[in-house]
Amino acid sequence: MLNFAIRRFLGAIPTLLILIGLAFILIRLAPGGPFDAEKQLSPEIEANLRLAYHLDEPLYRQFGRYLGNLLRGDFGPSFQYRDFSVTELIRSGFPVSLRLGGLAMLLGLVVGIFAGSIAALRQNTLTDYAVMTASMTGISIPNFVMAPVLILLFAVHLNWLPAGGLGDGDFRHLVLPIIVLALPQIAYIARLTRGSMIEVLRSDYIRTARAQGLPERTIIIRHALKPALLPVVSYLGPATAAVITGSVVIEQIFGLPGLGRYFVQGALNRDYTLVMGVVVFYGILIISFNFIVDVVYGYLDPRQKR
Amino acid sequence: MNRGRSLWSDARRVLRRNRAAMTALIVLTSLTLLVVIAPALSPFSFDDTDWEQMSVPPSLTSGHLFGTDALGRDLFVRTLYGGRISLMVGVVATIVSLLIGISYGAVSGYFGGRIDQVMMRIVDILYAMPFMFLVILLMVFFGRNIFLIFVAIGAINWLDMARIVRGQTLSLKNREFIEAARAVGVSTPRIIRRHIIPNLLGVVVVYVTLTIPQVILVESFLSFLGLGVQEPMTSWGALVNDGAQEMESAPWMLIFPALFLAATLFCFNFIGDGLRDALDPRDRSER
Repeated sequence: MLNFAIRRFLGAIPTLLILIGLAFILIRLAPGGPFDAEKQLSPEIEANLRLAYHLDEPLYRQFGRYLGNLLRGDFGPSFQYRDFSVTELIRSGFPVSLRLGGLAMLLGLVVGIFAGSIAALRQNTLTDYAVMTASMTGISIPNFVMAPVLILLFAVHLNWLPAGGLGDGDFRHLVLPIIVLALPQIAYIARLTRGSMIEVLRSDYIRTARAQGLPERTIIIRHALKPALLPVVSYLGPATAAVITGSVVIEQIFGLPGLGRYFVQGALNRDYTLVMGVVVFYGILIISFNFIVDVVYGYLDPRQKR
Repeated sequence: MNRGRSLWSDARRVLRRNRAAMTALIVLTSLTLLVVIAPALSPFSFDDTDWEQMSVPPSLTSGHLFGTDALGRDLFVRTLYGGRISLMVGVVATIVSLLIGISYGAVSGYFGGRIDQVMMRIVDILYAMPFMFLVILLMVFFGRNIFLIFVAIGAINWLDMARIVRGQTLSLKNREFIEAARAVGVSTPRIIRRHIIPNLLGVVVVYVTLTIPQVILVESFLSFLGLGVQEPMTSWGALVNDGAQEMESAPWMLIFPALFLAATLFCFNFIGDGLRDALDPRDRSER
């Protein structure tokens, strides 16, 4: 088990290095420099700026410098927000994104597993069809369509919830963003749970349990649920990635001061270090989460232990 | 127990019985026809601004079936033009991912051994990448050239395809007909091209119908953020973005493009689901 975990951990390192390298190369090759949008700078000032940001050094030196700084948790200065370091921006934006994403994930898991199990237990009934149709809708309607529609309905017309911003930290401001972010996850998880639950319920050991006369509740909760949730566990990795990406657009729509918003602004403004910093930060997050999910999966599924 | 059932005739029968998938197929076909033909029949062009008719609601008398946007451009024509871009991105980027994914997966699966290990390790590494962020990086890098959008999305979306194709190839390559081909001296590239790839078609078809909506979604996402197609050209994502800005005063600007986008994604997903049921060989015995 420990071996398995260590091997997975070592496997994650090249992924991370390649990610950082790729992001670094791409962003450096991008046409247009960070000082293009400004009014024409005199050559001397520009040269000084390049010197200050070490843009005059050869690329591999810059990359080495960047990696070294990363190890110390320093993502460099932001090109656009002059007075802030990228680390500071991440520190200010991430708690908002984490709260949004974490709660959306939780909602997705709870509702998705519940709906999926119900659909599986009542296979081919009206309940089942309703859940499946709803989840198909959840998958097909992108969150950037869902968000404005829900704002129009609940914020503008019904006036139940605020349309955007964080307010003074009032939880009501997060309700709509969390729901919109969770909907596609609810839909996917419900479909996954339904599929695997149906398969498990058909298996021999469930039939044995039934033959022994165990009550249906016990069969489902004690025997069927755990194996049926394995695909959901392995979906947690991609789900995290999806929630993080979704969060980018949700933060934009709802005007939440999260990390995703900095990222989009950075991309539009060619804020090299900021974009890089966010990609690397999220990359580390997603890769470590995948690692944890792998290990947990190995623990839950005895067949995986090697 | 049954003889002479080919995979495809079987599949067609199952698919025909799937009402959701058939409806989706019909809706999608009409939608595609509308997007291709209708703009030519409209008196308005997609980038003509009409200063007298800014943000007018949909009406039959003015001829603006879906109303106009904030610059007085006809929304009906713009929605259909946006659809052209979105559908085109879907198809072109899927073809790109198909080409890369199939050749990569087939080679990896066919050669096996060390080559396979290395090639799949690369896929694993790429798999863990935050995909959307890389596309955005590519967009920043490439500038916002529309054909590069196609290629960039496709080039990043091939991983699933490569995995699926590899798995299939692994199980195919030890079958008798491949051995027979090898025995009569057919060259390896030819075996891959003529014998392996055609047998992968079933899985590939299913996967294509599921990739197209994904790709359309990615493009709309980028356009929504302002990183995709540029004005005056448009796509459904860009139109939804415009509509979201004006939704309180001109809800039609949001509703029509959103409806088209959602309907298209719906149709592809239903067809993909139906095809998977129809072509998945695992379930054959039960029908």
